[in-house]
Amino acid sequence: MYNFTFHRPTTVRQAAGLLAKNPDAKLLAGGHSLIPVMKQRLAQPSALIDLAKVEGLHGVELKGRSVVVGAMTTHSDVANSPIMQQALPGLAAVPAAIGDPQVRHMGTIGGSIANNDPNADYPAACLGLGATIITNKRKIAADDFFTGMFSTALEDGEIITKVSFPIAKKAAYEKFKHPASGFALVGVFVSKRGPEIRVAVTGAGANGVFRVKSFEEALKRRFAAKSLEGMTIPATGMNSDIHASAEYRAHLVGVLARRAVAKATA
Amino acid sequence: MPSVSMTVNGKAVSGNVEERTLLVQFLREHLRLTGTHVGCDTSQCGACVVHVDGKSVKSCTLLALALEGANVLTIEGLAEPNGPLHPMQEAFRQNHGLQCGYCTPGMIMSAIDIVRRKGHELDERTIREELDGNICRCTGYHNIVKSIAAGAKAMAQGGAPRQAAE
Ligand code: FES
Ligand code: FES
Repeated sequence: MYNFTFHRPTTVRQAAGLLAKNPDAKLLAGGHSLIPVMKQRLAQPSALIDLAKVEGLHGVELKGRSVVVGAMTTHSDVANSPIMQQALPGLAAVPAAIGDPQVRHMGTIGGSIANNDPNADYPAACLGLGATIITNKRKIAADDFFTGMFSTALEDGEIITKVSFPIAKKAAYEKFKHPASGFALVGVFVSKRGPEIRVAVTGAGANGVFRVKSFEEALKRRFAAKSLEGMTIPATGMNSDIHASAEYRAHLVGVLARRAVAKATA
Repeated sequence: MPSVSMTVNGKAVSGNVEERTLLVQFLREHLRLTGTHVGCDTSQCGACVVHVDGKSVKSCTLLALALEGANVLTIEGLAEPNGPLHPMQEAFRQNHGLQCGYCTPGMIMSAIDIVRRKGHELDERTIREELDGNICRCTGYHNIVKSIAAGAKAMAQGGAPRQAAE
């Protein structure tokens, strides 16, 4: 790992100021994606700005018909939050299945979505629930936030502070874990909130997380696993690597979507 | 070099470290607490697990400077020197929960955290699931699982762990 300067601001404003002063700086959240990448020297920020002590970035709260999660809230704190378990159990299950217990004690929602790893779970949950990503500058709809593999709509100097999830009556996530890494080979998040139906897929697409409109249309007629019977998506645009072919991933999208809907309606 | 202060095994410690110093390096190289191991350096094996503010974490993936003011517990802090072993350590000893011992400090620190989160009555499935982040290259896990079940029970009694039934 190359060396860097280390900063520990206590407010979002200070953090933003440090970012503005250090153009090659990176924000440090849980560090469980960034530090490994720095060890491999695939990233060499000039400065790290640690958000751990920044006030107002931790916790899960109910706000009207939404659950709002602070960007620095760890996976284990989201998974174990009584508010989340009650309001959106389908979402609480997502961080509960990320990594291993030690990773869940450090990894954060803000870090996960800012990184937008194409195999990460939270991007599917955000897109699958129609979340709003709140930064120090603006609010961004999940539909506009994830712009491709490891890329997001975040601009220079922009810091995620909160993620707001509308409470959906029915919501569930199913993932096919890579047996070694635990990352989603494919993961599908489905939700139904009034007339709005969403099906979001992670792990499969060559451009990161995406929605499956054909499945959403089919589920509009009836929100049941049966509505998706026999449905698949084309293998074009799917990832293909040593772990799984594009065809296999496309197949899994159908299988996991049916399972997720079954779970959401159970 | 910036300085860092934290509490390790109940004692206030401090040192000057390069920014890129990992917690595990600080523990092993600065404090000479070499019970915490490095197996992979890629957040996978769990040989480096310690507790920070009561929770198990991988010390190879934390920066020492990010631990300013934190409370760290390592394998060395579980029992008094020359005193009786911690019940979880004793359970590993009695149940032959180690062979080479390289993974053992991490296993034990993870095990104690499992008890904190899941209680003293742990079934095999729970233990195996919760050991997701700890790899052992020797034992095949069987006796580790037995050790943790016995150690969890012993921690409830606060006394010496019983040998798990075959
Ligand atoms: S050395 Fe930290 S997880 Fe392997
Ligand atoms: S006892 Fe040798 S690695 Fe576990």
